[in-house]
Amino acid sequence: MKNQQTIEKQAPVNGRVRVDWKEKGSEVVSRYGIFLIFLGMVALMSILTPHFFTYFNLINVVRQVSFIGIVAMGVTFVIITKGIDLSSGSVIALVSVMAASFAQGGHSLVVPILIGLGIGALTGLINGTIATKGMIPPFIATLGMMTAARGMALLYSNGRPIGNLTDSFLFMGSGDLLGLPFPIIMFLVMGLISHLLLNNTKFGKSTYAIGGNEQAARICGINVDRHLILVYTYAGFLTGIAALMLTARISAGQPSMGVMYELDAIAAAVIGGTSLTGGIGTIPGTMIGALIIGVLNNGLDLMNVSSYWQQILKGIIIVTAVLIDSRKNRKS
Amino acid sequence: MGEEILLEMKDISKEFPGVKALDKIQLTVKKGTVHALMGENGAGKSTLMKILFGIYSGSGTISFKGEELKLSGPKDALKKGISMIHQELNPIPEMTVAENIFLGREPVYGKTGWVNKKKLVQQTAELFETLNIPIDPTTKMKDLTIASMQMVEIAMAVSHSADLIIMDEPTSAITDKEVKYLFEIIRSLKSKGVAIIYISHKMDEVFRICDEITVLRDGQYIGTKRTDELDHDSLTQMMVGREIKQVFHKEPAEIKEVILSVKNLSKEGKFKNISFEVRKGEILGIAGLMGAGRTEVIESIFGVDPPTSGEIYLCGKPIKIKHPSDAIRHKIGLLTEDRKLTGAFLPLSVKENMIMSGMNKFLNFGFVNGGKVKQSCVSMVEKLNIKTPNLNKLIMNLSGGNQQKVLLARWLLNDPDLLILDEPTRGVDVGAKAEIHKLMCKLAQEGKAIIMISSEMPEILGMSDRILVMHEGHFKGELSREEANQERILQIAFQ
Repeated sequence: MKNQQTIEKQAPVNGRVRVDWKEKGSEVVSRYGIFLIFLGMVALMSILTPHFFTYFNLINVVRQVSFIGIVAMGVTFVIITKGIDLSSGSVIALVSVMAASFAQGGHSLVVPILIGLGIGALTGLINGTIATKGMIPPFIATLGMMTAARGMALLYSNGRPIGNLTDSFLFMGSGDLLGLPFPIIMFLVMGLISHLLLNNTKFGKSTYAIGGNEQAARICGINVDRHLILVYTYAGFLTGIAALMLTARISAGQPSMGVMYELDAIAAAVIGGTSLTGGIGTIPGTMIGALIIGVLNNGLDLMNVSSYWQQILKGIIIVTAVLIDSRKNRKS
Repeated sequence: MGEEILLEMKDISKEFPGVKALDKIQLTVKKGTVHALMGENGAGKSTLMKILFGIYSGSGTISFKGEELKLSGPKDALKKGISMIHQELNPIPEMTVAENIFLGREPVYGKTGWVNKKKLVQQTAELFETLNIPIDPTTKMKDLTIASMQMVEIAMAVSHSADLIIMDEPTSAITDKEVKYLFEIIRSLKSKGVAIIYISHKMDEVFRICDEITVLRDGQYIGTKRTDELDHDSLTQMMVGREIKQVFHKEPAEIKEVILSVKNLSKEGKFKNISFEVRKGEILGIAGLMGAGRTEVIESIFGVDPPTSGEIYLCGKPIKIKHPSDAIRHKIGLLTEDRKLTGAFLPLSVKENMIMSGMNKFLNFGFVNGGKVKQSCVSMVEKLNIKTPNLNKLIMNLSGGNQQKVLLARWLLNDPDLLILDEPTRGVDVGAKAEIHKLMCKLAQEGKAIIMISSEMPEILGMSDRILVMHEGHFKGELSREEANQERILQIAFQ
């Protein structure tokens, strides 16, 4: 056995290894590729339209993106576990009208916030419980929530917007903190929290494990059902945050709010490299994914490209992102 | 045995980005012979066969039946008379056996495209009859055992009436009984002039059935010899390029007190009244055929699928294990049978794969301590001689043997008192296998208890201090290391 170890190439783990630049190059591209694409897009838009690369416009883009971006972070967790969440758009509406009805004065600001976050988390809890304990595919479970939550929002508000919100509530949508709009601050803060949660905690590692191999995760002692419920709950919680800020931004609880948001959130995650096959995805990737969608929309708006064309382009980009992802998977 | 050359592969090379997988390989197969292709995992056997079957393209020339062979894909290979039994099964579970076998070439009524189901079943039945396979063609694939599925796969390859059949580890999932069936099939194919390329890690089989052996190592051609010119040791030496005198390094360990005992464990439809105990320092082997219920027993002990009745005692105290997390808390580890299905997290890194079963000890205020993780993982990589360029490499890019070592490391990081190993060396090359066996002995010497399930008789006989024989959900008997041999184990199983 002894001579075997000397004969066989013992690959160094710590020490210096011959650097394979080709491999290194492809690693950089696969790791930071989406970021490079984003920078390229920003550069392209700056050249194509003079109004793009201005402080106010850039702030505007990031603020628009922050709502969908926060939702997409939760969706990223869900997709990493091989699940899907179709309910986020409708949950936004439900949270919006319910929180708004407590934000018309007479209550402390804490009440609508707690109600908003609570409703968001509760819908996630229900999604996760139905999917795991009921053994119903997440697609169906959240499709049910998508339909039901929209109905509840309409029922609760009688189909009408709920306005006259307090100034302190409106701050969440239009206020500035440290010179930046509040939604952007929240986008960055929740991005950081979600990133740390996903990368540096047991919760995050377990999320990857379940998506990578659910059976193996169970054998490693992970309580898969409970974990999945928590993941959906976290996604709902983040949706609640986005909904509160959106409501404040447009100064009213709207039962029609957030239509198609679930798909934009999924698109952001997927463009950012989250794989629907599970076990793969990052929060910074998703944030960039959301920004790419935002830059695309904004740049094309500035260039007066019709919104019909914008939709077509967005569709192409989503499919291309998944195409690249699936090719990458096939190679390995 | 013919001397007529059927297949000649010359100077076959293949490069993947960054790796030279094959370097000028030669392979000549004669008509009506069984030709073994041997080599450790990663030697290039599968790559070479994928080139021959048209899945990959490579440089070099291939001549088949006297003509140069240029393939556009597997379909083309089948048309030209080359068929392949893949290492991994790819059945469509919801379809019947017959539908699976004739997938894509079902008999139809005239040119209507309407499948003639009666004829389909009839053709399959005829095929099974010639091959002596006792399976009903109308059973759904999902209702078959893995061994039966493998037989269906073999029948499928034969049904193409090919001149050359590639068998990539055809016996990895079947029992001795079916191996005998398979060998009969191979002999009858041989007599019809069909040539077979046989890939296997099991040397006994190779010596039993093959006429010639070609050995590859690290993508290089080592040589071709007639089987009767070789023996175990010389073949091993060719394969690993070093001498491994004794395949099983069983080193004695002091056997101490009972750590786990199981009383009357039962699970409906799976196993009944299982009682046994295992001691510190002991390697307890569980022998039996595939489907005997061995995996079910240990999985129920580990809490994957808890038993319906019975008691489990740890160091004399009764314990309840309802979930694997309970077992892990009691310092039990389980290396599962199927690396891909229940072991590895394929899209994740080596490091993440290692820490997944014992993350708590790496946590600082709820956060995973990267430094601690790295330190532990590096020491495991060194201890188990895991070949990986770094800890962030995805586990799916490692060879089978190294993947298995990573999964072992996952449990060793928990410092378990009892380690359950289900087929610990399946699909693992000779070198890594010896290392895993050595590690097992060392763990036993450290006072850990080991339960090992293995379908490989030499492994069971070579490694175990005591052997339990299981058959159809029952423990049939127990043998000490000294009294055990292959015949007695089978005797007990079938008595």
